[in-house]
Amino acid sequence: MKIKEIKKLLGAELLCGEDLLDSEVYSACCSDMMSDVLAFVKDQGVLLTGLVNSQVIRTASMMDMVCVVFVRSKNPSLDMIELARECGIVIMKSSKRAYEACGVLYSAGLVASPAED
Amino acid sequence: MSENVTFHFDVDGENFSSAGEASVLVKKKLRQLGFSPEIIRRVSIAMYEGEINMVIHANGGSADVTVTDEDIVITLADKGPGIPDVSLAMQEGFSTARDNIRALGFGAGMGLPNMKKYTDTMEIDTVLGVGTTITMTVKHK
Repeated sequence: MKIKEIKKLLGAELLCGEDLLDSEVYSACCSDMMSDVLAFVKDQGVLLTGLVNSQVIRTASMMDMVCVVFVRSKNPSLDMIELARECGIVIMKSSKRAYEACGVLYSAGLVASPAED
Repeated sequence: MSENVTFHFDVDGENFSSAGEASVLVKKKLRQLGFSPEIIRRVSIAMYEGEINMVIHANGGSADVTVTDEDIVITLADKGPGIPDVSLAMQEGFSTARDNIRALGFGAGMGLPNMKKYTDTMEIDTVLGVGTTITMTVKHK
């Protein structure tokens, strides 16, 4: 699925990474616990989260993820947007809640990130 | 590569939002050196978890990365309180992080187990009241 389709499906507002909207992603995960993302997620994809701090962007960067979606219209700071730009990560925010946002993407064919083991 | 490449970073213990800056830079450097994405990911995740730990538990410290012909060595040294029971700390889910750290997305007790999982060797040298030094290696050949 292209990132621009995710944006459309979630009715999301793009905050940075316009040049990456045509990138393909194959999987996604949703968590507010960055420790768990670092421990259990494999292969790049999309991170949906309700947590808003710089560590979300760094975690996504460490995991080679290409897109972060903040749910419930949470607003990242300008520093975070700048960091995402440096790391080549798309950021968007959606008014949907995490559960609904995940359901919409899953139904449209974006499956879960495969577990490590 | 005939000579080892080294990087040194001071990890600021006062500022949670800057934690991980060194790992982001190392990731960039390793990419420039031409390592595979898998090697880069393993090194940077292990180092990132370590950096976060130093900020949460030890008021910062230093991070050194040495790239040799065969492996990438990450050394994280702090002057924090030390780890009273290393085998307990290595258990998944065990954490002494406070609730305010959990609210920031960390403190799930996965840091040390993750560091071990993503590296080929990991040694913990810790002395209560003096500090902790963790040395990890990732073989790239």
